[in-house]
Amino acid sequence: MNLPPPIHALEKKHLLSISDLSVPEIEGIFQTAESFLDLSSRSVRKVPSLRGRIIVNLFYEASTRTRTSFEIAGKRLSADVINITTTQSSVVKGESLLDTVRTIEALGADGIVIRHSSSGVPQWISSQVNCHVINAGDGLREHPTQALLDLFTIQKRKKRLSGLTVAIVGDVLHSRVARSNIAAMQMMGMKVRVVGPPTLIPREAKQWGIDVFHSLRDGLEQVDVIMLLRLQLERQASGFIPSIEEYSRLFGLSPEKLSWAAPDAIVLHPGPVNRGIEIQGEEMFSERSAVLDQVHHGVAVRMAILYLLMAGGRPEEENRAPA
Amino acid sequence: MSPQGGLRVLMDSGQIGRTIRRMAHEILEHNQGTKNLCLVGILQGGAILSQRIGAVIESIEGIAPPMGTLDITLYRDDLAIRAAPPFLRESNIPFSIDDSRIVLVDDVLYTGRTVRCALDFLMDLGRPSSVQLAVLIDRGHRELPIRADIVGKSIPTSRQEKVRVLLEENNESVTLVRMSS
Amino acid sequence: MHQREQRGSFLLRNVRMFDPVQKVDQTGDILVMDGRVRAFGVVEELPPSVPVIEGNRGLLVPGFVDVHAHFREPGFEYKETIETGSRAAVSGGFTSVCVMANTNPVNDHPGVTREMIRKANEVGLCRIFPIGAVSIGLKGETLSEMVSLSEAGCVAFSDDGLPVRTAKLMRRALEYSIMTGLPVIDHCEDRDLSDGGVMNEGWVSTTLGLKGIPNASEDVVIARDIEVLRLTGGHLHIAHLSTEGGVRLVRQAKKDGLPVTAETCPHYFSLTDECVRHHHTNAKMNPPLRQEADRKAVIEGLADGTIDMIATDHAPHASHEKEREFDQAPFGIIGLETAFSLGYGLVERGDLSLERLICLMSNNPAHHFSLPVGEIRVGGLADFALLDLSRRQTVQNDFFRSKSRNSPFLGSVIGGEVQKTFMDGRLVFDRMQDKEVER
Repeated sequence: MNLPPPIHALEKKHLLSISDLSVPEIEGIFQTAESFLDLSSRSVRKVPSLRGRIIVNLFYEASTRTRTSFEIAGKRLSADVINITTTQSSVVKGESLLDTVRTIEALGADGIVIRHSSSGVPQWISSQVNCHVINAGDGLREHPTQALLDLFTIQKRKKRLSGLTVAIVGDVLHSRVARSNIAAMQMMGMKVRVVGPPTLIPREAKQWGIDVFHSLRDGLEQVDVIMLLRLQLERQASGFIPSIEEYSRLFGLSPEKLSWAAPDAIVLHPGPVNRGIEIQGEEMFSERSAVLDQVHHGVAVRMAILYLLMAGGRPEEENRAPA
Repeated sequence: MSPQGGLRVLMDSGQIGRTIRRMAHEILEHNQGTKNLCLVGILQGGAILSQRIGAVIESIEGIAPPMGTLDITLYRDDLAIRAAPPFLRESNIPFSIDDSRIVLVDDVLYTGRTVRCALDFLMDLGRPSSVQLAVLIDRGHRELPIRADIVGKSIPTSRQEKVRVLLEENNESVTLVRMSS
Repeated sequence: MHQREQRGSFLLRNVRMFDPVQKVDQTGDILVMDGRVRAFGVVEELPPSVPVIEGNRGLLVPGFVDVHAHFREPGFEYKETIETGSRAAVSGGFTSVCVMANTNPVNDHPGVTREMIRKANEVGLCRIFPIGAVSIGLKGETLSEMVSLSEAGCVAFSDDGLPVRTAKLMRRALEYSIMTGLPVIDHCEDRDLSDGGVMNEGWVSTTLGLKGIPNASEDVVIARDIEVLRLTGGHLHIAHLSTEGGVRLVRQAKKDGLPVTAETCPHYFSLTDECVRHHHTNAKMNPPLRQEADRKAVIEGLADGTIDMIATDHAPHASHEKEREFDQAPFGIIGLETAFSLGYGLVERGDLSLERLICLMSNNPAHHFSLPVGEIRVGGLADFALLDLSRRQTVQNDFFRSKSRNSPFLGSVIGGEVQKTFMDGRLVFDRMQDKEVER
């Protein structure tokens, strides 16, 4: 029989950072995600693997996409998913993050998916609780599930990762998506460059072992993958760029500028896209855009992560004899 | 655990071939032909068996029924008490199961839990008009109210024994292995 | 609390007396009468009823002087009080502490100064010298009444916690302070350039995704202050120097003969920003822990005289304030209890001589801030620390006397231990007895 090679189980409790993962583990996540992909074409788009488990989406930052994606992923695995966002929790009553997290755990959560504007929060709370902690984006630090779904999308499109050249374009300085992607892409053997104005590229960027470009034309030359980052419009107000218009003219992608890249280059964007700023005339190259694939794959990748982290024995039951 | 006290061969290649042919005939007889008939093998043991049965049906009727495989891992009831989640294999049902007559195929029927998983899985995929169960070996010890419609061979066993089914080319056998615990 | 008895007397036997400025290094006894040194070396007369204390061949040095601490009283007594701060100080061998003005109310009024001094006298463990605010309410607008503050007992001026806001204010402060003869201390930071940063800007901040404070943020204000000083005269004192560039600027200013002094803190010569990866918010202070080149430059500055003194920037914060998101936790760590041992670490590693370390912690700060302490001489004030250099200990929670525990050195093994501390001729800290009390 033609069985795929065995995938690598995730022998860890939390997913906090890309650097927590090994290459075989990332491949294992992708292989597992693959089996979840066709779930969306079924009549009942649900499997019972996490039945009875409680996952709390604890979001201290507005994020419709990531929260919804995690919510759908959890629900498709039959977990009970509870969303807590800053506006409705006791956060507004001044409860500290630590108290909130401990309360959620005491209420019986098996996993906490956390998004927070302060870098390092998932690492910190994972040391304070016994349940699984999954980083859904912390400050400027990491967004590991986004990087994994980006790589999964690239692999589906390009049939490989190793050897590809990718240009990450835009506000690298303030981007956790960029940080996680740079780490993951380098692990998977991709060549990474970053492109943007010097005010939005960390001074130390070259220490990542990547190339830095301040010209989009030079930066796109020969690249297989273009990853556009979202430009937070308040960067203009805080003086990182003189105007949105000039940014868009210099670093926004258009059909013409796309032709500077390799002929079969694909375009990714973590969303939500500022149309007309990061991308102009996307309808002209929609077949090269993988933006909707990213959304679709996001659910499968997050299901794979939830399944691999949480479907096994509950931490306190790990030593129980198998039935 | 390790095999102890040797192996007892229950079926050899010839017997297996004859049994599979009889099972194919029985399936056709039950369903009065191949209309809407689909074979679904439960991974891993049921996959090859369903292909073998399908091939016999094709040789008899001239057309092969649609065939698929199910990995029931995600439906297991013991996930939470296993240390790590098991690997997933690819389920592949390349046809609509609505209004089809599904024959679930597995090599060994034991507690019935695997079949329960497969039934739940099938119901999540659509609404078949009927589901039948075909197994090569029924070894008893059911834990759920499940029985097979088509049975290759019923073999009384003890819980300390293991039934090993090999259906590889040039290496076919059904053996009973006594395990020491 | 009862009023402590004033001005003690004792005979301390069998110690090595060590004062690099007075050129004292001899083993023997020291007699203290009514808070002042009567005689040392071979003490022949022993007046009746003077208690005798055994020194066990410990090293007796002038009590340490900290020109930069936050005792939080009035206003933030949940972090520290003058009493708990004093306990922390004497357990670290400090007998004189200059306390910063960022209390609530701010020490910008003689009434606040007098109240701090009254409270310190009531506690009676160490000498407390208030530092007055440069500007009213630390707002960086109106000069405080420096002369009145000085008359009330302030020994320097600083808006610490914040920089002196503008070059113009710094000019006026330095000029006006000439009437008092007291130093103007600046926390040198261009807060625009820091732009909400929470740790040193560099590779570590880049990988941790934390907003950085560049070295330039400190250096540009040091450069500004030095140029203003060139214009005005007065006494400029640079607080918590942490950068290579800052050391270079101060070194050049001294070469130019400008009246500038500088301090650094133990954490800047002991740790780097790598520490933020592990120690979480207890590695968060301002200026932030810098990089190895800066740490080395600071040590060099200590050794070659560019940096005049070691201060602690003792900044207590309650655990509920520190146990939170890194970027939202307050800046600051406590330092009084660990300062000597960390300085002694430099001596053990051969970076500093013991003479230089004692100068940096006792003689120099007393001298530059015109405090009547920091020496062992006949007739001098009897403020001493008795040290056992052979001891090593692991820093644990019970090592601290401060009300707070925000130290990045928790869990570290440090060498050199303060055995006893004397202030005004009284034994104000005894590690042996203290342990028994703790039990």
